[in-house]
Amino acid sequence: MDTLLNDFSPGLFIMQTIILIILIVLLGKFAWKPILGSLATREDGIKDAIEAAEKAKLELQNLQADNAKLLNEARVERDAMLKEAREMKDKMILDAKDEAQVQANNMIEAAKHAIESEKKTAMVEIKNHVAELSLEIAEKVVRGELSNKDKQLQLVDTLLGESTLN
Amino acid sequence: MVAKKSIKFIAILVLLMTTVSTFANEGGEDNQHHEKGNKVDTPEEIKEYIAHHLKDSHDFHLFSNNETGTHVSFPLPVIVWSSDGLRMFMSSEFHHDDNGHVIVEKDGVKLTKIHSKIYELEAGAEAVAFDEHHHAENAHKVLDLSITKSVFGMLIAGILMFLGFGALAKGYKKGPIPTGVGRVLEPLVLYVRDEIARPNIGEKKYMKFMPFLLTVFFFIWILNLLGLTPLGFNVTGQIAVTACLAIFTMIIYLTNGSKDFWMHTLWMPGVPYILRPILAVIELIGFVIIKPFSLLVRLFANMTAGHFVVMSLIALVILMKEAFGPVASTGVSLILALFITVIEILVAFLQAFIFTMLSSLFIGMAVEEHDHH
Amino acid sequence: MYNLIGAGLIVIGAGLGLGKIGGSAMEAIARQPEAAGKIQTAMIIIGALLEGLAFGALILGK
Repeated sequence: MDTLLNDFSPGLFIMQTIILIILIVLLGKFAWKPILGSLATREDGIKDAIEAAEKAKLELQNLQADNAKLLNEARVERDAMLKEAREMKDKMILDAKDEAQVQANNMIEAAKHAIESEKKTAMVEIKNHVAELSLEIAEKVVRGELSNKDKQLQLVDTLLGESTLN
Repeated sequence: MVAKKSIKFIAILVLLMTTVSTFANEGGEDNQHHEKGNKVDTPEEIKEYIAHHLKDSHDFHLFSNNETGTHVSFPLPVIVWSSDGLRMFMSSEFHHDDNGHVIVEKDGVKLTKIHSKIYELEAGAEAVAFDEHHHAENAHKVLDLSITKSVFGMLIAGILMFLGFGALAKGYKKGPIPTGVGRVLEPLVLYVRDEIARPNIGEKKYMKFMPFLLTVFFFIWILNLLGLTPLGFNVTGQIAVTACLAIFTMIIYLTNGSKDFWMHTLWMPGVPYILRPILAVIELIGFVIIKPFSLLVRLFANMTAGHFVVMSLIALVILMKEAFGPVASTGVSLILALFITVIEILVAFLQAFIFTMLSSLFIGMAVEEHDHH
Repeated sequence: MYNLIGAGLIVIGAGLGLGKIGGSAMEAIARQPEAAGKIQTAMIIIGALLEGLAFGALILGK
């Protein structure tokens, strides 16, 4: 202890105090402050960058999810459209068929009418013809019959005979 | 890695502590036998040489040849506050004398150097008279503000810190990533901030103490490492230097103590009233004396012991030459000295770390605010 | 002479203490390797406190 106290140099102590104070003040001002400041800024920057990257990642994920959703929606829509189109097609075919049927029916009906009316006209004509013919024949027959007296009588007799029976 | 480091740490701790006692037993020894013209080759002379190295000195001594009497060194300025005011001159005026033989007279003040200390002769005295314990009888110590070797070392460390951290600070102006020497220094700054200051002082208040902690950490570390160079600095092995550092820490944690800290120190709640003054005394002694003392003694003793061990192992070359021959003794000494020097590099860092760590721990204790009452 | 004996006693005590700290730290690290950093820091602090005590005793006893 004595040797130690003897070795203790007050002058060195004072010099050391002065130098240390100067060092702390000057280094604090010109080195530690800017260094620690820059380190803090850089760390904040890194933290912000990481946060931003995290955020961007999340956004990308959201975007991807949105994309998937959109794609899904589009697919559903497409399916729906396809289905609708198919249905429409079926309906159109059906409608066309129905219409064609109706048209055909109408045509047939018209044809039938036409045939009927033609037939009627033809029948009337034929009737007229037949009437004419029968009248002519009857005329001829009457003429032929009337030309022969016997026959006429005979006929009258038959006719009479028949009528009595009635 | 961690385990290896811990084992090394414990091993060196025990090793260094054992060497302190060896170191502790010399000192105050007479050096009359050390005549000029002899080689330093006996155990006593080696001990004295080492003890001399461990002390501060007034010139920057590189090596000397005692046979021819040539010294390769350069002088440093001596600045003393004598009874008659400030005196300044170069240490070369002492002509490497360390025993009070050469007396320098400056404007009526007679100064001499005994064991690396500057003494002022009493009025009328022409030569230093020694008593039987080799203490000067007619001279007294003066306040020595010289640029001694230690102060020179501190200035070098300060300049190195300015250059390195100035470059690092400037580097941030160019971009967020430092270049050059800053790449090495930045992780160290981060280490001090994240491993030492933040966990011990607390997120809220650590920023205020960062300049002190960073300065002290790098100051001690650079000076420890400088001590391992052949230049022979032993700055952190000067008790005045470590005392100054420890007192700085003490002042900082005492002036920044929170209300809770003083409350717990002076009037401990939850303890019987009779015991409170006793506890206050114990706590005060702990904070004002024991903690700074342990800080200053630890650093001082570690570095002194480290230097002592390295120099002793180098001295093995001389001590073992008789028994084993020059080649074997040089080889053994080299290997051992290399081994210890490598461990000393670790200790250099470890002591800087521990000093800063304990400082921040004490500061953390002082600024902590308890929220349980 | 007595100084040396005292120094020896201090070193024995400090050695035992450091051994205990180191051993417990090793065990703790082996048990929880992920907490190695924290354990190591605590170990160094306690080791430093013990070292301060031992050095104080050595210096005062000198």
